[in-house]
Amino acid sequence: MSTGLAIETDGLSKRFRGHDAVADVALAVPDGSVFGFLGPNGSGKTTTIRMLLGLVSPTAGTAAVLGSPMPDGAAGVLPRVGALVEGPGFAGYLSGAANLARLDSADPLADPRTRRRRIGEALDRVGLGAAAGKRVKAYSLGMKQRLGIANALLRPRDLLVLDEPTNGLDPQGTREVRTLVRGLAEGGTTVFVSSHLLSEIEQMCTHAAVMRTGRLVAQGTLDELRGAAGDDRLHLRTPDAEQALAALTGAGLTPSLSGQEVVAPLQGRPVEDLVAALVAAGVRVRGVRLAEASLEDRFVALTGEGFDVES
Amino acid sequence: MSSPDRRRLGLSLLASEITVLFRRKRTWAMLIALAAVPVLVGVAIRIASGPDSGRGPSFLSQIAGNGLFVGVASLVLAIPLFLPLTIGVVAGDTIAGEASQGTLRYLLVAPAGRPRLLVVKFLGAAVFCFAAPLAVVVAGTLTGLALFPVGPVTLLSGDQVPVGEGLLRLLAMAAYVGVAMLGLTAVGLFVSTLTDVPVGAMAATVVLAVTSQVLDQLPQLEALHPFLLSDSWLGLVDLLRDPPLWSTFGTNALLQLGYVVVFGALAYGRFTTRDVLA
Repeated sequence: MSTGLAIETDGLSKRFRGHDAVADVALAVPDGSVFGFLGPNGSGKTTTIRMLLGLVSPTAGTAAVLGSPMPDGAAGVLPRVGALVEGPGFAGYLSGAANLARLDSADPLADPRTRRRRIGEALDRVGLGAAAGKRVKAYSLGMKQRLGIANALLRPRDLLVLDEPTNGLDPQGTREVRTLVRGLAEGGTTVFVSSHLLSEIEQMCTHAAVMRTGRLVAQGTLDELRGAAGDDRLHLRTPDAEQALAALTGAGLTPSLSGQEVVAPLQGRPVEDLVAALVAAGVRVRGVRLAEASLEDRFVALTGEGFDVES
Repeated sequence: MSSPDRRRLGLSLLASEITVLFRRKRTWAMLIALAAVPVLVGVAIRIASGPDSGRGPSFLSQIAGNGLFVGVASLVLAIPLFLPLTIGVVAGDTIAGEASQGTLRYLLVAPAGRPRLLVVKFLGAAVFCFAAPLAVVVAGTLTGLALFPVGPVTLLSGDQVPVGEGLLRLLAMAAYVGVAMLGLTAVGLFVSTLTDVPVGAMAATVVLAVTSQVLDQLPQLEALHPFLLSDSWLGLVDLLRDPPLWSTFGTNALLQLGYVVVFGALAYGRFTTRDVLA
């Protein structure tokens, strides 16, 4: 891969019956990154993922996965890609292991001689070893989700595409998925993970992109995205709000009153200098808190406060 | 066993498809239901064993004299509806069933390859096409052996052939019916690529099978008859002539091949270009 990008799209668009599900998306997912794909429900994440996997043909634009164009290069590339797409899908009348065997037999490059062993390992990895022989019908949603992840791990992959991998998992399972993703990334696998939960992305990703109503509104490393969110802020608790506002303004900041607190973007100033200035101005400082610029501020600014489905 | 060439052909996937088909309770329920036809026929005739009323398909009246006719009569009884019903279920389920189950996207991402998956699905359903009449014939023969005297088989021409050859002819008839259902299987496969609702695809396939038979009954459409899906279905009786009319077998095969080619191509055109959203 000359570009150093595991996924690269250009002007990627999909129209469904006059409605733009995805419009002009230019993703650049670096090799070896854990890339978070964020956006509210209905923002076009899954449609984009389906285009990346060759399930849906774009109406315009191009997509390249591991250096090959999609969907034309699907046969060559997909064996190197493990995927979980829009929730798990399995035959309820077959056991978990039988379902994996079926999907593995559909992969022309999977070796049938090692199938049983690889299935066992994948199931153990997601903690389903004990339920391998149980019919999927009897699985809980979380167990099906784990089985879906096990399917993505049947063979060593260069790229994992995980659409909402922690859906339906309990906090314990969510933590396990995070650990799993980190371990895979350390092994050199690029992980592309979608979520509508910011905290999840923040905890496991190195990079992220944000979708809103079918469009890509931001992408970069988490630090870049955080940086764009603005400065760290000083939160001050004091009975002398008036004086504090004056003192901070005098120090060149733009403070504002927020509830019981005085809040001011730091603009790179050391906190201790500001506290000294406040005390010198006779402000009674009861508490000082530093709020780092959060991805959440940025996310909310980009996608809106509510998580409503937008069309 | 597992050279890359072999794998590329998808034999592994085909083996898995057939295993899964026969691991399904539904498949066995249908085969058992089909096998129940000759058992019912045999028991009914054994109990009623009155003088031949002279009504009904001619083979029914021969059962009391020779148990081997249980299989023949049951095949003829099952062809118009029971058999197409089960074929419709299997063929209609091929793609739509995977879609509704959520496994289609995972098979394609594996990646099964759309043309390969389509061929494997057709072959899997084709295996059922042969298993279904075989179930009727086997159950019919066992019922016949249990309930009636078995002896040399009297053919349509009045000649007699020994029991061994009679059994071979029964197998040939089952094969004939298996071939006769391939066209319907291709139709079902195509319908199945049109929807994500398997029940709809199954019903549509069965309706088409019945429609074809209705059209085949209308004398006004006689010019159309040789091209109807079901036109060759009852030609299996030609295998009871002396010598067997293999040309009917050939005509049947040719007609069904035509349907497989046309509807296979339609299914290919549809399935390789559609967006998989299920």
